[in-house]
Amino acid sequence: MVELAIDNKISRTSIDDPTALPCMTPDAMVGSKPFLAAPDHNTKLGFPGELVDDWKEKAIARMGYLAETNKAFKVYLDTCVKCGACTDKCHYYMGSGDPKNMPVARQDLLRSVYRRYFTFAGKYFPKLVGAVDLTREVLDDWYSYYHQCSQCRRCSVFCPYGIDTAEISMAARDIMDHIGVGQKYCNEIIGKVMDVGNNLGLNAKALKATMEDLEEDLEDETGLEIRIPVDEHGADILLITPSADFFAEPHIDGLMGYAKVFHAAGASWTVSSYASEAANFGMFIGSEENTAVLCNRIRKAAEDLGVKRIIFGECGHAWRVAYNFLNTLAGPFDFLDQNYPIPQHILEYTWDLIERDQLTFDKSKNDEYRVTFHDSCNVSRASRMGDKPGGQFDIPRNVLKAVCNNYYDMPDETIREKTLCCGGGGGLLTDDLMDIRKKGSSPRMHALQQVERDFGVTHMVAICAICKTQFAKMMPEFGFDREAILSAHQLVSNAIVLEGQIDEDDDDDEDMEPEMNGASATGDGS
Amino acid sequence: MSYEVNGATVEHDEEGYITDLSAWNKDLAALIAKDENIDMNDEHWEVVNFLRDYYEEYQIAPAVRVLIKAVKKSMGKEKGNNKYLYTLFPYGPAKQACKIAGLPKPTGCV
Repeated sequence: MVELAIDNKISRTSIDDPTALPCMTPDAMVGSKPFLAAPDHNTKLGFPGELVDDWKEKAIARMGYLAETNKAFKVYLDTCVKCGACTDKCHYYMGSGDPKNMPVARQDLLRSVYRRYFTFAGKYFPKLVGAVDLTREVLDDWYSYYHQCSQCRRCSVFCPYGIDTAEISMAARDIMDHIGVGQKYCNEIIGKVMDVGNNLGLNAKALKATMEDLEEDLEDETGLEIRIPVDEHGADILLITPSADFFAEPHIDGLMGYAKVFHAAGASWTVSSYASEAANFGMFIGSEENTAVLCNRIRKAAEDLGVKRIIFGECGHAWRVAYNFLNTLAGPFDFLDQNYPIPQHILEYTWDLIERDQLTFDKSKNDEYRVTFHDSCNVSRASRMGDKPGGQFDIPRNVLKAVCNNYYDMPDETIREKTLCCGGGGGLLTDDLMDIRKKGSSPRMHALQQVERDFGVTHMVAICAICKTQFAKMMPEFGFDREAILSAHQLVSNAIVLEGQIDEDDDDDEDMEPEMNGASATGDGS
Repeated sequence: MSYEVNGATVEHDEEGYITDLSAWNKDLAALIAKDENIDMNDEHWEVVNFLRDYYEEYQIAPAVRVLIKAVKKSMGKEKGNNKYLYTLFPYGPAKQACKIAGLPKPTGCV
């Protein structure tokens, strides 16, 4: 197990100042490195299995290719003037104090090499312009520090040139993948989506069994036949949601909330076992090719099932990919009903129903919660909801305020476009990075402590599978209950009043399924 | 990277999950549990056995909610919740119990 520790001599984030500057400590995180992908994880994605012999030449060539084909990337490399506006904006810097986690310094690990090989001054006067050769030490730093960036883009909000650190981190990972240095967590997972359809490796049989189980729960709770259809041909709506919604807590409570909303709306909908994943880790590794492969699974599922609409569940970077890239990489979606957004977010869908007075709520059902909302980074800074600027901030809050009586925001510098990352985004939600995950979560956790103290906030809501899992892990480390993190549609689910539902579940334990059949207490069970 | 149990060598990955699922046995489970600072009692075994039965049927671990329902049925209402599962498996029932049960680690945003 990983020991979690925040050194209070380094990090100074606190309940009074969640975004306080740390005590700068060089190389504090130099040893943080995720597990390397196995050769078959890499080759499946079209990358070399292991570090290639001519890796330096290959890496420089790939960097040149990216600079040539991605204008934004080249501009980001060329325009930084080291003004320092971003230095104190990264949650990983606040938590770790390692100066290489200042966004400008992290970017410069790549930029200094770019300068050496692709600029006149760097080629002839490298020392004068801080240009460095690509060496094994530099590559090791890349691997370490580009996996201490969650690509959340908070620093970019403060950059006067709009330099997007996420693009640099993605490019760095892409370059490393192209020389055989992949990250196990991301690459293994992308392979699983290609094989099975989702990050978990949840096959169609297991998916159907799980959904049937949830349908039973919904019937026990409401007395109604609320369906969670799988692979239903001819359904109107295809729901693409993170597979964590089929597996983890509190994600699954959100899924049950979507089902209730669809039921209340009388919608015909389905999930797909072929495209049973909203998350697209292809973006985390900066691989357009792999991002496109996963996007096209969604297109194929929509075509095969003959749906008219695509709606995305609560998943942060999935919404970024869906909102920005789905049409580009897998479009045009001319076979869908053009009267609806393509794609649409589940919160847009629910909010639209609320605005049209189609849903009934008993807000008192959520009176045990005093809630705040964690804006997920990719939703906040890389997408929108609805048709008004800022809809991605307002629509989730509007929905929460429609279903519960006690809502409070966290401090201004930690929400909306300045939101802090949960600490586990961008391919960092893996146990081998637990130390930096905890350090990175400390600003958000301290902001939560502040509203707990000031407003008695008890629970935080998130609309991203990664955020939910990360916070479920981090909450106890900061004095909160593990279950203090909720899905937005979990609160919708609690409050929604469905026509004909039984008032209160009588909480009987009858007919609980599945049983631990045949597994004797100490038998070998195999 | 391997466990030594009853004279046999069982390979595992960087995080301690065994790589050949068929190599699992009770003694190995107890050894993995010991590495995780867990002293296996009847309730631990019950969870581990349920996970293995479920895996045999579906080739994946059950959703946490499904596991909780099974525990509720078997051990009673007061134990059928996430909190109790965390007292049995402090690092989380999904990952830690799967490791001990000799199943692959649940991957993704979980």
